[in-house]
Amino acid sequence: MRDISRRQLLLSTSGFAVLASIPSKKLFAATNQYQQQIDQFVGGNKLSEGQLELDLPEIAENGNLVPLNVSIDSPMTDEDHITSIMVVAAGNPLGGVATFHFSPLSGEASASIRMRLARTQDVIAIAKRNDGSCFLAKKTVKVTIGGCGG
Amino acid sequence: MARSRPRVKVPKKAEKGEIVTLKTLISHRMESGHRKDKKTGNRIPRKIINKFECTFNGDPVFKCDLEPAVAANPYLKFTAKVERAGEFLFKWYDDDSSIYEKKAKIQVS
Repeated sequence: MRDISRRQLLLSTSGFAVLASIPSKKLFAATNQYQQQIDQFVGGNKLSEGQLELDLPEIAENGNLVPLNVSIDSPMTDEDHITSIMVVAAGNPLGGVATFHFSPLSGEASASIRMRLARTQDVIAIAKRNDGSCFLAKKTVKVTIGGCGG
Repeated sequence: MARSRPRVKVPKKAEKGEIVTLKTLISHRMESGHRKDKKTGNRIPRKIINKFECTFNGDPVFKCDLEPAVAANPYLKFTAKVERAGEFLFKWYDDDSSIYEKKAKIQVS
């Protein structure tokens, strides 16, 4: 199983299920653990693609400042609202970027931030509804000059 | 280092039940902890804003956990549903345990 790269796993639609079945992830322990962060966030709940919109530039000239916007349609009522959206970067030294926490008072599940990207990579966002179901969106960003310093 | 200066953009007035957009910006290096000092070769310790919170009349509106991958001078844009007049309180939490605060009032017509 260890011959499969994380990227390949992500590309396959069943990637998340397959990865969850790998007992040991020690191979990646010292590096970016975004996959574990995703697993932890989703927590075994239903994960579907689509619906969540992830706006990022296709090409980022400066990796130190990449504008990001996430939004998902939701009535944002007490009964049905998005509780949080997590953003991770697959190719940064650390996976985490930011986690937004919403409440019905937010009115909309939408937020913008500026992030750093070390190199060309995939950025993944996952939204979680109050019933636990999750929505995933992924986008590749080409980075001309990497951020994160050196 | 210069003191972090928070700035917020909140509309002065809103209709009842309107969803308003709030923008915040705070000047901060957001030292990632990955950079090395060019003279000594030592790693520069991490110092970032790790958490942001927005409340309206004490009720939570929006929160955000920030990681070193957030760019310097963190900018955040989000929304809030305004049902009555009141005051937004914005709070930024630094790694060095300082807290930066900003308040903004909104009227409802």
